[in-house]
Amino acid sequence: MNDLISSSDLLHMYQRMVSIRAFEETLSGLFSKGLLGGTSHFCIGQESCAVGVISAARESDWLVSNHRGHGHLLARGLDIARVMGELMGKLSGYCGGRGGSQHLCAMDRCFLGTNGITGGGIPIATGAALALKYRKSDNVAIAFFGDGASNQGTFHESLNMASLWKLPVLFVCENNLYGMSNPVSKSCASGTIAVRAPAYAMHGETHDGFDVELVHEVTSAALARVRAGQGPELLELITYRQCGHSKNDARVYRSREEEAHMAERDCLLLTAKSLRQRGVSQEDIDAAAEAARQDVAAAAEAALAAPAGGREHALDGLFA
Amino acid sequence: MTDDERTIYYSKAVNEALDDELARDDSVILIGEDIGCYGGSFGVTKGLYDKYGAERLWETPISENSFVGIAVGAAMMGLRPVVEIMFMDFLALALDQLLNSAGKLHYMYGGQVTVPMVLRTPGGAKGGYGPSHSQMLSNLLVGIPGIKVVAPSTPAQVKGILKAAIRDPNPVVVIENKRLYPQRGYVPAEDYVLALDKAVIAAAGQDITLISYSSMTPVCLAVKEALKPVGIDLEVLDLVSLQPLDKESIFASVRKTGRVIIVEEACLTGGVGAEVSALISEHCLDALEAPVMRVAAADMPIPSALALEKFVLPQAEDIVAAVKRIREY
Ligand SMILES: Cc1ncc(C[n+]2csc(CCOP(=O)(O)OP(=O)(O)O)c2C)c(N)n1
Ligand SMILES: [Mg+2]
Repeated sequence: MNDLISSSDLLHMYQRMVSIRAFEETLSGLFSKGLLGGTSHFCIGQESCAVGVISAARESDWLVSNHRGHGHLLARGLDIARVMGELMGKLSGYCGGRGGSQHLCAMDRCFLGTNGITGGGIPIATGAALALKYRKSDNVAIAFFGDGASNQGTFHESLNMASLWKLPVLFVCENNLYGMSNPVSKSCASGTIAVRAPAYAMHGETHDGFDVELVHEVTSAALARVRAGQGPELLELITYRQCGHSKNDARVYRSREEEAHMAERDCLLLTAKSLRQRGVSQEDIDAAAEAARQDVAAAAEAALAAPAGGREHALDGLFA
Repeated sequence: MTDDERTIYYSKAVNEALDDELARDDSVILIGEDIGCYGGSFGVTKGLYDKYGAERLWETPISENSFVGIAVGAAMMGLRPVVEIMFMDFLALALDQLLNSAGKLHYMYGGQVTVPMVLRTPGGAKGGYGPSHSQMLSNLLVGIPGIKVVAPSTPAQVKGILKAAIRDPNPVVVIENKRLYPQRGYVPAEDYVLALDKAVIAAAGQDITLISYSSMTPVCLAVKEALKPVGIDLEVLDLVSLQPLDKESIFASVRKTGRVIIVEEACLTGGVGAEVSALISEHCLDALEAPVMRVAAADMPIPSALALEKFVLPQAEDIVAAVKRIREY
């Protein structure tokens, strides 16, 4: 149990996590009905990372996300109907349907965008941090990326420059043990990601990402140091995506036994258990979950009803 | 100040533009390798570090893709970064952030962000720099939607164009040229900007239009002078902007002369010359008295040896030969 987080805060975090799960499950349903194009990367099982980190940040801290970004978007409190609308290609979406799941930005919520290029967001977050430092802001930038992205040059280049220039950026690696089909043991010579931080004279930590309270706590501490000008940090969260990499993934690269074992660490189950241990009633827990599911269902309906753009919207707006 | 004193190197004109804009707007920062006390590989940023310091000049490690990405992130937050890529060939290492971020963000994020950044880089061969340090890669850039591409050919032009590029709310690539850096020309001292989307008639003529940009414009002008005594009156149209192309100016010149030779330092295939030629055939076929001709680099890497380089790169003689062919057509 964690003293920093009140039971009502934790219940609120739980509700957010359920809404992310419900969002992904709703998308699955929409895909099977043929109502969504392209593909999507669900974060089922990883909700605790998004909610734990973002609940510890200020609303004015700038977020940069990756291809698996729905959790980050909802954890920041974006309008769910507009996120859903974006995925459905509707004008009501945050980017009017031009961006979709992997290119969704909400400047009014300090959300600099999800990013379809693995590792592509890492320098962008670093540049945002450069601008924050240059303007003497006390806000920070937070970059979310995966274990796979940590093998891109941009990871190494950006950590090096961020450290050289003591930029206010927190690098958050959600290590879900795989980059698509490739396990970390075959892709990352160092075995874990955070051990790479000292090579860039940077503080790095690895934590259990299933425990939303722990994630919130370690992020709060890291952000306080980053905000105080002590330089960037690398936070590695061990997590697991319970679903396939994207829409069509038969998951041949891992066993059903492994999945069942990891599902015991499901962050929703763990958080509900912690709430009960704190004395929150099952009724209240269920009510929070139900409210989250209803929010998502209402958002999906609103998004479905919204219109899509036409030719002009497709061919306009290349330049400012 | 006399006109003589204002006759300055192209590289100095770039330096003046940067200096002016750094002084004018505190959201302008410079990012690049060795741009500090060293002054940049070609001395373009000389003196700026002493004047503006490390807060404005961010000297980077050799990490092209990420420092272009950093410029994108800073630009999204409202700064106006001007990035130097030391040699145009090195753009290959930063192409991801240029193509997938800089060019796409404004559109794909539904207009919520602008990316007011400039990427400056010297293209072209200078004699002996060899395959990894000599290419003019304009052909790569014009195929990237969402970025403007300019290639000024004179000191006065580069100053006004670079200043306009820095003030533009979009990503702009300014192609400089290693062979132009040591060329001199009159450059006004005062603050001025030039249009980013306009071609200019570098020299008017009646018989044949030479369309060129960057380093090949002075070569075309020299050819014009050389052919004057034999009674050939060439018009030289300097494109300045490669993306977008100033179609009106191109078509007007074609309609005037009816004969066109496109001259560029980039490879022949699939580039600016090919695009201009296609546009002319689509829109001015009726005005043509001969097929559009092209003089460009061979589709080859640039060899190091000076003796070999000249066989790959377009030479004044090649233009003269094309003029002869097009007149005899
Ligand atoms: C530059 C680039 N290479 C490859 C891909 C295809 N791709 C998308 S996500 C992904 C795996 C990324 O793994 P990781 O960073 O661990 O994130 P995760 O998917 O596990 O959340 C790959 C290979 C891409 N989008 N961009
Ligand atoms: Mg992964």
